[in-house]
Amino acid sequence: MTGEWLDIGWVDEIPVRGSRTVQVTGGDDIAVFRTGDGKVFALLDRCPHKHGRLSQGIVHGGAVACPLHNWRISLTTGEALGEDKGCTPVVPVKVSAGRVLICRTSVLKAAA
Amino acid sequence: MMNTAEHLVVIGNGMAGCRAVEELIARDPHRYRVTIFGAEPHVNYNRIMLSPVLAGEKTFDEIVINDAAWYATNAIELVSSDPVQAIDRAAKTVTARSGRTVSYDKLLIATGSDPFIIPVPGKDLPGVISFRDMADVDHMLAAAGAGGDAVVIGGGLLGLEAAHGLTLRGMKVTVIHLMPTLMERQLDEAAGWLLKSALEARGQTILTEAHTAAIVGDGKVEGVQLKDGTVIPASLVVMAVGIRPSVALARDAGLEIGRGIKVDDHMVTSDPSILAVGECVEHDGNVYGLVAPLWDMCRALADGLVEKHSGYRGSVTSTKLKVAGLDVFSAGDFSGGDGAEDIVLRDASRGVYKRVVVRGDKVVGAVLYGDTADGGWYFDLLKREEDVSAIRDMLIFGQAFASGGGVADPKAAVAALSDNAEICGCNGVTKGKVVACIGAGNTTLDAVRATCKASASCGSCTGLVETLLAVTLGDDYSGERTVKTMCKCTSFGHDDVRREIVAQDMRSIPEVMQKLTWSTPDGCSSCRPALNYYLLCALPGEYKDDQQSRFVNERLHANIQKDGTYSVVPRMWGGLTSPKELRAIADVVEKFDAPMVKVTGGQRLDIFGIRKEDLPAVWADLNAAGMVSGHAYGKSLRTVKTCVGSEWCRFGTQDSTGLGVKVERMTWGSWMPHKFKIAVSGCPRNCAEATIKDFGVVCVDSGYELHVGGNGGIKVRATDFLCKVATEEEAMHYCAAFIQLYREEARYLERTAPWIERIGVDYIRERIAEDAEGRDALAARFRYSQTFSQDDPWAARAAGDAREQHAPMAVFTPLDAAREMA
Ligand code: SRM
Ligand SMILES: Cc1cc2nc3c(=O)[nH]c(=O)nc-3n(C[C@H](O)[C@H](O)[C@H](O)COP(=O)(O)OP(=O)(O)OC[C@H]3O[C@@H](n4cnc5c(N)ncnc54)[C@H](O)[C@@H]3O)c2cc1C
Ligand code: SF4
Ligand code: FES
Repeated sequence: MTGEWLDIGWVDEIPVRGSRTVQVTGGDDIAVFRTGDGKVFALLDRCPHKHGRLSQGIVHGGAVACPLHNWRISLTTGEALGEDKGCTPVVPVKVSAGRVLICRTSVLKAAA
Repeated sequence: MMNTAEHLVVIGNGMAGCRAVEELIARDPHRYRVTIFGAEPHVNYNRIMLSPVLAGEKTFDEIVINDAAWYATNAIELVSSDPVQAIDRAAKTVTARSGRTVSYDKLLIATGSDPFIIPVPGKDLPGVISFRDMADVDHMLAAAGAGGDAVVIGGGLLGLEAAHGLTLRGMKVTVIHLMPTLMERQLDEAAGWLLKSALEARGQTILTEAHTAAIVGDGKVEGVQLKDGTVIPASLVVMAVGIRPSVALARDAGLEIGRGIKVDDHMVTSDPSILAVGECVEHDGNVYGLVAPLWDMCRALADGLVEKHSGYRGSVTSTKLKVAGLDVFSAGDFSGGDGAEDIVLRDASRGVYKRVVVRGDKVVGAVLYGDTADGGWYFDLLKREEDVSAIRDMLIFGQAFASGGGVADPKAAVAALSDNAEICGCNGVTKGKVVACIGAGNTTLDAVRATCKASASCGSCTGLVETLLAVTLGDDYSGERTVKTMCKCTSFGHDDVRREIVAQDMRSIPEVMQKLTWSTPDGCSSCRPALNYYLLCALPGEYKDDQQSRFVNERLHANIQKDGTYSVVPRMWGGLTSPKELRAIADVVEKFDAPMVKVTGGQRLDIFGIRKEDLPAVWADLNAAGMVSGHAYGKSLRTVKTCVGSEWCRFGTQDSTGLGVKVERMTWGSWMPHKFKIAVSGCPRNCAEATIKDFGVVCVDSGYELHVGGNGGIKVRATDFLCKVATEEEAMHYCAAFIQLYREEARYLERTAPWIERIGVDYIRERIAEDAEGRDALAARFRYSQTFSQDDPWAARAAGDAREQHAPMAVFTPLDAAREMA
C-alpha cells in the first residue's frame, strides 16, 4: 500500500453484478461494486434515502437498487436515478494488475 | 561508398519497429542509416495474421509485410535470430547475443510484449506454450498434426483465436476462462453469452469462472487441473492470459519505466538519444495491446526524427475477433452509468445483438455481435465525438438507415416499405398482412400478435409492428398495451416470457434476454429476480441459481433490517418446539447479544439485530440443535400454522398438528412466485386461521376441507373452498398439486389471492379437483423439484459456503490510514 491508494484485494473477490464492503473503523463502510461488464466502482455504503446498505442491493447496468426501498443509485455519480433525489459520496477506485485500489483520503473522510 | 548518415539502430523487427522505419523512409530516405535487430528468424510479418495462419486460411508468405527485397532496396541491415542483450548508454552501443556490438546515434526500442505465464506448477512442462510469434504457431501445428486434446487458458481475443485455429486443425479444444464472460474487457454479458453459445455449437468446451490450479504431466504436459480438482486431459496447453510490455532491456539500461518504457509525445524515452514505440511503451499512463495505436505512434515518432514534431496524443481503440463466421466488435466505454444511455437492438432469429452507449449527445461505446457492418461507423462517430442528437432515434439501425437522407423519420421509413417487405421473420408475416390485420380491427399490439402472429415469437419486430400501428391508425392508435410488460426492459408480459422460456427451452438469463430482445444489456432489479425464478421453476436441478439476481434477503438467508443488521427465524415445524430448541435460541440470543427476540405472527421465534458477519456462527449453533432455516425472508414456503387438534382439544376432529408438520416437511425449501403460507385447523372454529392462508386445511369429522387463495395482509381475502378429501394423504397430494400449479402459472410477485382473482377459482378446481391425471402430474413435478430444494441453506453457509458474502473485503482503522498518509 503506497501513494494515494489503498490496496483492498483482488478484483475477482467481488462477485460480478455484486459487491463487497470495506469496513472503516469508526465510520461508514465503503461498498465496492463490480458491474456486468467487469468495471469496478465504489460508494459510501449508505443510501441517500434512509441509509440502506447499498452493498446489499441488486446491481444492474451501471446502477444499484437499494435493498430497503428500491431507490436506484448511479454507481458513477452516486446520484439517485429517476424520480428520486439524493446523492451518496463516490469513492475513487481503480484496478491495477488485478488489484483493487481505493482512494486513501476518501477512507479517511469516511472515518472522520 | 561510405554512408555518413547518422546510424539508427532498431531493436525489434516487429510491427512497430518496421513501421517506424517505413514512416521515416517516407519522410526522408537518406536521413539515417538503419540497422534492425530481430530475435525471430523471419523478415517483418503481420503478427495479427498469425491467427489466420493457424486456422489454415493464410500461409506465412502471405502475411509478410516487408520481404528481403525491401531491406535491400532501402539499405537496411537486418540482423535476425540475434536478440540484443545489453544497451550501453554511455558508449552508445548495443550488444547482441552473438557478441556483435554496434554503436548508434539514435536507438529505437520496439521489443513488443512478453506473454504472461501464470505461475502455476507445471508451467514449464514441454507442450505448454504461448501465442505470440510464428514459432508458437509452428509448435501448435505440430501438436495438432499429432491429434488429441488441447486446452487454451484464457478466453480473451488471443485465446479464442487460438482455440478456433486448433479446432479447425482437428483438436478437441477446451477453453478455461477465469471470468464469467468471455472477452469481458471488450464484451458485455449479452454478447459474451452469444459468443460462448456459438463456440460451443462449433464443438469447443468453454469453462467460465474456472481457475487453473496446475498443469500436470510426467516429462511433458498431460492435462490441466482446476481448483475444484477436475483434470482436463491435454497434449497441448496454450496460455493466452495476457501480455506484459517487454521492458527488461530498457530497465537494465536505466531508462525510466512505469508499466512500460515511459515516452513523451514524440516517443522519446528518458534518454534523449533513445526512442521507443509499440506495445513496450507507456504513454500518458496508457499501454496498448492493439496495432492501431502503433500506427499513430510511428507517425509521431518519424515526424520527431525529421524535426517536424507533430506529437502523439493517445489512441481510442476498437476490437474485432478474427474468427470466421463470428462477427464481434467492440469499442470505447460501455460500462454505462453516469448519464449514459444504452440503445439496444436484438434480433434473435439472426443472432444479432447491438448496443450503442450514448452520453450527452455523443457515442461513447459500442458492442456489436452478429452484425458488425456498422462497427466502423460507430467507431468513427465515437472518435470524432460527433453530435448524434439528430440521428439518435435511428442510430442503432446503422449508417444506411440513420444517414439515409429522405428517411430521417422512422415512421416515414416504415411507411415507405413495400407491402411485400417482411416484418416478422419468425412467422413470415409481411407488411401487407400486418396492415390488413390492423385494418380488420386489431388495433393493439396484443391483438396483432394474437391474430396474424407478427411479433408473437421472438418479439424483435415489436418496434416495427408498433410503428405500423401508428402509421395505419394515425391518431386512433393509443399506444396502450393491454398486457402489462414485465418491466421497462422488455415489451413482453410475464406470461409471454414464461411461455417462451419453456417453449424455446431457454436455459440462462442472458439467453432469455437475447431471445426475447431485452432493451437493456443486463436487465434491472425487477426482471432479473423474476427471470431467475422462472428458469429455476422450469429447470429443476439443472438451472444454476444466479445469486446476483436475488434480493438481499434471499442471498443472505435472513431479513435485512432498517439498521443493516439481520433477523433470523429458524423453522419450528407446525409451530411445535422443544426445550432443546428453546435453549439453543436462548443461547444464541445471549451469545450474540441480540437486542430482541419475539414470537412472530407465524408461530415461531424471531431473533433480531444479528450482524451480517455473525450470521454463519448463529446458524451453526441453531443447526447443532437440529433447526433449519425458516425462510422468513424468501419468496417461498413460510410457515404452516397449526392448532392443537384432536390430540388435546375437546373439539378437535383430526390431528391437525401432525398433518401441519407433515405438510411443512413436504413443502419447505420450495421457491415460489411470492411467499406462501399454509395452515391446518382441527375443526371449523379455525384457530389456525386457515381461511386466510394461501392453502388452508379445515378438518371435519368426515375428512379435510381444502381452501385456497386466502390472504391476511394488505387486502384481506378469505379463501375459496376447493374441495373436500377423505384422507391426510389426499390432503397432502392436493396441496402439492396446487403449489405446483401456482409455481408454474402465477406471475412473479403475485400471491395466490390476486392470482386466483385474475384467473378464477373455477380454473383451479378444474385443474386440481376435477382432473385426476393432471393433479398427479402436477404433484409429481412438485415432488421432483423438491428433491433439489430441500437442503438447508444455513447449513451450507455455516460450513463455509459463500463465506465472502458475510465478511468485508478489507478493514481499515483511521489510524492505519493516517499512518499510511504520513
Ligand atoms: C416477523 C413478522 C411480524 C411479527 O413479528 O410477527 C413479519 C414481518 C415482516 N413482514 Fe409480515 N411478518 C409476519 C407475519 C405476517 C402475517 C401473519 C401470518 O403469517 O400469519 C401476515 C398476514 C398474512 C398473510 O401474509 O397473508 C403478514 C403480512 C405481510 C405482508 C402483506 C402480504 C400481502 O400479501 O398482502 C408483507 C408485505 C409483502 O410481503 O410484500 C409483509 C412483510 C413483512 C416484512 C418481510 C417486511 C419487510 O419486507 O421487511 C417483515 C420482515 C421483518 C423481519 O425482518 O423479520 N408481511 N406478515 C411475521 C413473521 C412470520 C413468520 O414467522 O415467518
Ligand atoms: C495472434 C495474435 C493476434 C493478434 N490480433 C490482433 C488484432 O486482430 N488486432 C490488433 O490490433 N492487434 C492484434 N494483435 C496484437 C498486435 O499483433 C500487436 O499489438 C503488435 O504486433 C505490436 O507490435 P510491436 O512491434 O510493439 O510488437 P511485436 O510485433 O511483437 O514486435 C516486437 C518484436 O521484437 C522482437 N524482440 C523482442 N525483444 C528483442 C530483443 N531484445 N532483440 C531483438 N528483437 C527483440 C520480438 O521477437 C518481436 O519480433 C495480435 C497479436 C497476436 C500475437
Ligand atoms: S406489519 Fe409492517 S411494520 Fe409490522 S412487521 Fe409487518 S411489515 Fe413490518
Ligand atoms: S434507504 Fe435506500 S431506498 Fe430507502
